[in-house]
Amino acid sequence: MELFDLTIHELHAKLKTKEISSVEATKACLQRIEATDERVNAFITVTADSALQAAAAADSRIARGEMDLLTGIPLALKDIFLTKGIRTTCASKILADFTPPYDATSWGRLQQRGAVLLGKLNQDEFAMGSSCESSAFGATRNPWNLECIPGGSSGGSAAAIAAQQAIATLGTDTGGSIRQPASHCGCVGLKPTYGRVSRYGVIAYASSLDQVGPMTRDVRDAAIMLGAIAGHDPLDSTSVDCAVPDYTAGLQGDLKGVKIGLPKEYYIDGLDPDVKSAMDRAIATYRALGAEFVDISLPNTDYAVACYYLIATAEASSNLARYDGVRFGHRAADAKSLAEMYRQTRAEGFGTEVKRRIMIGTYALSSGYYDAYYIKAQKVRTLIMQDFLKAFESVDVILTPVAPTPAFKVGEKTADPLQMYLSDIFTIPVNLAGTCAMSIPAGSSAAGLPIGLQLIGKPFGEAEIIRAAYAFEQATEWHRQKAQL
Amino acid sequence: MKYQPVIGLEVHVQLKTNTKIFCGCSTQFGSEPNSQTCPVCLGLPGALPVLNEKVVDYAIRAGLATPCQIAPRSVFARKNYFYPDLPKGYQISQYELPICEHGHLDIEVDGVGKRIGITRIHMEEDAGKLVHSDIPGLGSGSGVDLNRACTPLLEIVSEPDIRTADEAVAYLKKLHQIVVYLGICDGNMEEGSFRCDANVSVMPVGSDKFGTRTETKNVNSFRFVKQAIEHEIERQIEVIEEGGKIVQETRLFDPDSGTTRSMRGKEDAHDYRYFPDPDLVPLVISQDWVEATRQGMPELPEVKLARYQSELGLSLYDAEVLTATRPLAAYYEGGLAAGAQPKAAANWVMGEVTRGLNDNGLEIADCPVAPALLAELLALIDKGTISNKIAKTVFDEMWQNGGNPADIVAAKGLVQVSDTGEIEKIIDEIMAANMGQVEEFRGGKEKVFGFFVGQVMRASKGKANPGVVNDLLLAKLKG
Repeated sequence: MELFDLTIHELHAKLKTKEISSVEATKACLQRIEATDERVNAFITVTADSALQAAAAADSRIARGEMDLLTGIPLALKDIFLTKGIRTTCASKILADFTPPYDATSWGRLQQRGAVLLGKLNQDEFAMGSSCESSAFGATRNPWNLECIPGGSSGGSAAAIAAQQAIATLGTDTGGSIRQPASHCGCVGLKPTYGRVSRYGVIAYASSLDQVGPMTRDVRDAAIMLGAIAGHDPLDSTSVDCAVPDYTAGLQGDLKGVKIGLPKEYYIDGLDPDVKSAMDRAIATYRALGAEFVDISLPNTDYAVACYYLIATAEASSNLARYDGVRFGHRAADAKSLAEMYRQTRAEGFGTEVKRRIMIGTYALSSGYYDAYYIKAQKVRTLIMQDFLKAFESVDVILTPVAPTPAFKVGEKTADPLQMYLSDIFTIPVNLAGTCAMSIPAGSSAAGLPIGLQLIGKPFGEAEIIRAAYAFEQATEWHRQKAQL
Repeated sequence: MKYQPVIGLEVHVQLKTNTKIFCGCSTQFGSEPNSQTCPVCLGLPGALPVLNEKVVDYAIRAGLATPCQIAPRSVFARKNYFYPDLPKGYQISQYELPICEHGHLDIEVDGVGKRIGITRIHMEEDAGKLVHSDIPGLGSGSGVDLNRACTPLLEIVSEPDIRTADEAVAYLKKLHQIVVYLGICDGNMEEGSFRCDANVSVMPVGSDKFGTRTETKNVNSFRFVKQAIEHEIERQIEVIEEGGKIVQETRLFDPDSGTTRSMRGKEDAHDYRYFPDPDLVPLVISQDWVEATRQGMPELPEVKLARYQSELGLSLYDAEVLTATRPLAAYYEGGLAAGAQPKAAANWVMGEVTRGLNDNGLEIADCPVAPALLAELLALIDKGTISNKIAKTVFDEMWQNGGNPADIVAAKGLVQVSDTGEIEKIIDEIMAANMGQVEEFRGGKEKVFGFFVGQVMRASKGKANPGVVNDLLLAKLKG
């Protein structure tokens, strides 16, 4: 086993016994990035020098005995997290040269524990996309098959784990952006309950849906990472002030009597046969572990994608207004008036998908359309939320596919945005409901691409889905499969 | 045809909190450009607003003072538009669910009272400002100063209940007095702490259908409000009389000419695309919060005015003068608290104290004579230790050099002489030296009495008790 292929807890054990140093582990990761990233393109920025400095600092911290689970662990962040003094682009030309003066809270918390930052990861521009193809820095490739997309928007965060470039990463999930790429790249991705993790310093796409979460090699690592970043932040009014449990403590519990819901709206005819058989096997595994299955209905599922594309785009149209060329970021040269400067800056700075969503959102909020679109979508959102709350009256966890298909080919859906939008059909409802969910490896397609399953939990029920995920992981080998690069 | 103007006012009140509404930056006026900024008020990516609760306290105070209903749940909304002084490309304001609604203000013009409805009061953030003059390092370009961005404002919107420019001014003066009294605004109109937009329309007298209105912006003094409204009324009537139509538009007041000019028409009006700000949770205000705020509120000018008349027996005029500003009322009440009689204290505060302040260009807060010392001075008059006249001399001394009145009276030997023997002696001397006048008095020319009083007071260096002098003199002159 290579140093760059360890989990957080495995590497921690080796750092603790001083079998290896953080500098060695960090160097191994940097070399692996060097060796593989030309093909994968997971990184937008690699911070080799500062990573080695941080690793050295972590080593002296370890030597002093002031060690935390994350001390000296080489991590990487989606380029949506602000990192003080390190370029943060959000994969957009408009922020191509933006160096923030402050750190995102979630990264600050990891940094405080001595984590090492390897660099900033590729994504869809402003997190708008499901394939990591809309980046201004080129598409990221799936390490399992370089002709395939890694999923998105946190495609770089998933690919970097699958390509064994980083031990763990952070992503963000607005409509599936952690879970779908985790599924496509064979890693664990956890989207916490809205309000569980601070959004401060995370570039906003859709503020009422965005949530930060970990992407890791196994469930225990996800529990460790979530424990480190969760908790109230006085700088984010929407972060919730409720106690953070020790997510690793409940891993071992058994699943006897645990009720798992199977929503009929998610097991549809058009489901890819490989995904379907992975789900069937997963259900059998859970049954063998003592779980009970309950057929449930989430009746408003059909409206979720439409609802999402009104709310998310409406918020995005406002959130992205600040990229105007006045104070930071790209500014068009030679504009003759203020209006022209705005127009040209944004025309040059934003990519097609971002422009499309700004236009849809602006339209949805416009006078005369607001009630028919934005308000109607909010009402549907409430219904979707109620669907989940009602379902959770009879079940503990809901089990569904993450995506209707395994990873598709690069370029396959770029010409048809609606097809692209439908790849998030099973993940979007969770964001609208504001609850938590995770994706864990659960199978492989005939073509050898990973397939994930989704466990959806009650609001702030992360511990419950983590326990269900861990039991599955213990009973299966899917998480041990490696992409061959 | 006769026309009836209809006026509604939108007032922006800058709240005097130490920090901004959604971040911890200072709100101090006049600092180095962009020196009071942070990721939040610069609108940097990833920054999020956190509500300053002091702003809510102040909004509740304003709501209670203009008896509004305080909403148990209100919502912040984004008002979207592009402008270089607006860092996020939207202003955080309140739209559908403001914090206060359904209030009113009672005004009086030429002795006639009137109630003006207040539609709503909401909280919002201010924008920054653009600097167009030469900027070091920028040459002739325009600069953006975001020190003011994110400063807390209340927008107070009246019903269209106002009918004349004078009513508008009375409303604004009353509102100004209240927000300054409440301690939530410094009231400085030149620095823009209290600014007004006027919505004006005219309709034929007798009609109940409002005409098309215009909104005049940027009116930042009471005088300008009167000018702007009067000009706008005249202009609109003229347009209609000439067969034209009023267009709904935003107009800008030009203080130099006293006129208004078109800024942008309805067709250029923004579609602000308001929607609830997902970065801020709905603001929930408990009844306890409202009550605690009510307890902490100062007595309002209107209540004070009534109390000064009913409890202290002051005239309407005196009560109005003394309650005009909170510091003046506080000074006066400080005197009362130290034992001064209400009427005497009122006369002194409105007389000597105000004169001293005016002569020296001082504010009441800077008055060199503390209210308690003024009360001591008035007590000396009351006890007959000094006369009212001598008291003025003592007051001047206190103003110039400080010190307490009893010490000054003792040190300067100003104690009033009430000893009849001593005064009789002086009277006898004066009468002996002025026998001619004594005869005149006795011959019926009573006007010379004043001459004798003056002579006796002068001989006593003003210290003789005027009452005693009067009595003794009269008795002696009458023989």
